[in-house]
Amino acid sequence: MIPELGHYALILALGIALIQSSMPIVGARTRDPLLMSMAAPAALAHFVFVAIAFAALAECYVASDFSVLNVFENSNSQMPLIYRLTSVWGNHEGSMMLWVSILAVFGAAVALFGTNLPATLKANALGVQAWIAAAFELFILTTSNPFLRIAEAPFEGRDLNPILQDPGLAFHPPLLYLGYVGFSITFSFAIAALLEGRIDAAWARWVRPWVLGAWMCLTLGIAGGSYWAYYELGWGGFWFWDPVENASLMPWLAGTALLHSALVMEKREALKVWTILLAILAFSLSLIGTFLVRSGVLTSVHAFAVDPRRGIFILAILIIFIGGALALYAWRAPLLKQGGLFAPISREGALVFNNLFLVCACATVVVGTLYPLALEALTGDKISVGPPFFNATFGPLFIPLMIAMPFGPLMGWKRGDLLGAAQRLLVAALLAAVAVAASFALAHGGPVLAPFGIGVAVFVMAGAVTDIVERTMVLRLPLHATLRRAWGMPRSAWGTAFAHFGIGATLFGIVAVTAWGSERIAEVKPRQSLEIAGYQVTFDGVFNRTGPNYRDVVGHFTVRHAGQIIGVMEPSRRTFPAREMATTEAALMSRGVSQLYLSLGDANKDGSVPVRLYFKPYVLMIWLGALLMFCGGALSLSDRRLRIGAPRPARAKVKPALQPAE
Amino acid sequence: MTRKQRRLVLIGGSLGVLAVAVALMLSAFRDSIVFFNSPSDVLERHVGPGTRIRLGGLVKNGSLVRSDGLRVRFEVTDGKTEIPVAYKGVLPDLFKEGQGVVAEGALDGSGVFDADTILAKHDETYMPKEVADALKKSGHWKDDYAPGAALPVSGASK
Repeated sequence: MIPELGHYALILALGIALIQSSMPIVGARTRDPLLMSMAAPAALAHFVFVAIAFAALAECYVASDFSVLNVFENSNSQMPLIYRLTSVWGNHEGSMMLWVSILAVFGAAVALFGTNLPATLKANALGVQAWIAAAFELFILTTSNPFLRIAEAPFEGRDLNPILQDPGLAFHPPLLYLGYVGFSITFSFAIAALLEGRIDAAWARWVRPWVLGAWMCLTLGIAGGSYWAYYELGWGGFWFWDPVENASLMPWLAGTALLHSALVMEKREALKVWTILLAILAFSLSLIGTFLVRSGVLTSVHAFAVDPRRGIFILAILIIFIGGALALYAWRAPLLKQGGLFAPISREGALVFNNLFLVCACATVVVGTLYPLALEALTGDKISVGPPFFNATFGPLFIPLMIAMPFGPLMGWKRGDLLGAAQRLLVAALLAAVAVAASFALAHGGPVLAPFGIGVAVFVMAGAVTDIVERTMVLRLPLHATLRRAWGMPRSAWGTAFAHFGIGATLFGIVAVTAWGSERIAEVKPRQSLEIAGYQVTFDGVFNRTGPNYRDVVGHFTVRHAGQIIGVMEPSRRTFPAREMATTEAALMSRGVSQLYLSLGDANKDGSVPVRLYFKPYVLMIWLGALLMFCGGALSLSDRRLRIGAPRPARAKVKPALQPAE
Repeated sequence: MTRKQRRLVLIGGSLGVLAVAVALMLSAFRDSIVFFNSPSDVLERHVGPGTRIRLGGLVKNGSLVRSDGLRVRFEVTDGKTEIPVAYKGVLPDLFKEGQGVVAEGALDGSGVFDADTILAKHDETYMPKEVADALKKSGHWKDDYAPGAALPVSGASK
């Protein structure tokens, strides 16, 4: 009964999406307020029915209803409740349901919070949003129905892939999808603007909160996935340049560029046509990401199922939406009124610099990810484009971006003072030089370029602090005046500083762990010890442990530093009987922001075990930096300028005294 | 600056960065691409020693030999040709004889494939797609091998 209810609700949602995708747009063209006003209630009703469908599927999982094929294939009654819930999206059908659910949430949010939008823009945007929803609902209903029944219900399910039985599954996919689907809003607004043939600074102001929100979720989603891979796969890699990871990085890069270009558009009415293109690209890359991951053209742990019909369907969605959007762009963009030009040395110029490098870096990732697929389709040759390619292309493009980053916020709009900015960054540059010297002196081995990488990272972090120091005039004004200035500073300025500092921190972590991480791979017998980076790790023996749906063989290790016992580490080999599969559960020990990382192989008959022991210096900064970027986004989002949404000229005249020039 | 000059700076700068990006990509493509080969491909294409490739196939039954210090040797087969592989390190979770495997590395002078990365499948029903395709090509595909997933499980750390 419950699955049929869900199935029915999803069909109704498709019906509503079809109405929502046509009527309001017709209304916007014919200036019919009645038709246009259908958009918001339709979006809300669409949300309600999608929510019912999703809740029905979740209920099937929680209740372990194995008469539903999807539940049988991906769940098991022995699994803890949290994994029964998360396995809703730990498979192809369910993850598409999650995609559509998040789309419906965003549609409803635009309907609810977009009260100050012009009627035609709102109607068009919600209409475009409904096209996307309808396409994906049709995809689910025709090729990936999660509600299919089995005639004779089995007693027990086949269990979720053990690698996915991890708290990471609860956060990583939803956050990533919030990011991917969040860009659908900016896409819808961009298409709506093209349909209307009109765009202004207010458009950027409406769209920016959605870009920010999507970008924040995507940032956290990517970082979460990276940390998950780090501790789950057993050898401590945090980024593999795997096509599936690139699939999430591409929209992030385009989204970051969009975030900055929308700023120029909002403040200076420039870069309009470019911003529209970026909005289309960011969502197109999200769609390509979904396609790459879900269609089975790539083989990875993320490609849950392979069915050519699905691949072709998603490819069709891809071609229709991306091709259609770009065609519309080519046709309508020349109609949009061009914004003004500006001096190259200015805040706008700096943001263009940012966009240029981000988009080029994004292009290298796109090429590196899609080229093997294209080559295989054309010639049949199978190649892999791995880290060396991306290090040689992405790296050189990202470094100038990093060096230029601290200059941006210090430059004025319209006409900036490069020399002045450089003078104010003198302290940051000195700190960077000290960091380079210190890394040369203290670190042993590692690539020659690594200390310079540390220098760039320190420069970025110090630059972000410089911006705050300059704005609040620390040390130049009395403390209370400084604090008052800090309090009165727009939150978006704090947001910029936090996010930029976060990038620096992430870069610092990446450089440090890549250059100076160390590893020991060995077979150890009981009482035997391994030395790494001043730590002594002694193997005491193995013991067995049973979990709800798995068995653990746990290795017990004692860790000593300078002769003192500082703790124990218990990595394990985990066997899941339902799938006859084993996973490696690494043990982590944090020392400040560095970590010891220990993972176990299968024990030998003589009692010795193969282990991998790593020392990962400053590794946690990679993810802490991403967390700071998220916080920066949140601060920026809480800025009253964005909360108000639309400009209110009458009141704005009273306010400027409070807002220092930015 | 006049309007025209500003526009020139903008367009010139953009094209410059784009050109740099393209140049970087082309040079990286020349140096850092790894081809996938089945054991038969290695013979047919005369892959020389030192050329970095990915070698994929099944781990031949009875060929796995473990020796001291985590050194292992096994043979990769596609049913027609076998190539011996040497690897030092902890083998991935699902590495087994008779199962699909992808090894990355290069042939040494004596015809042994010196692997620094072993990729194994991530689910008992799955097999690396490249391996599945290679087996189909050589006629050794069985229908109970489902296509599927591979991920780097073992670090390239040499």
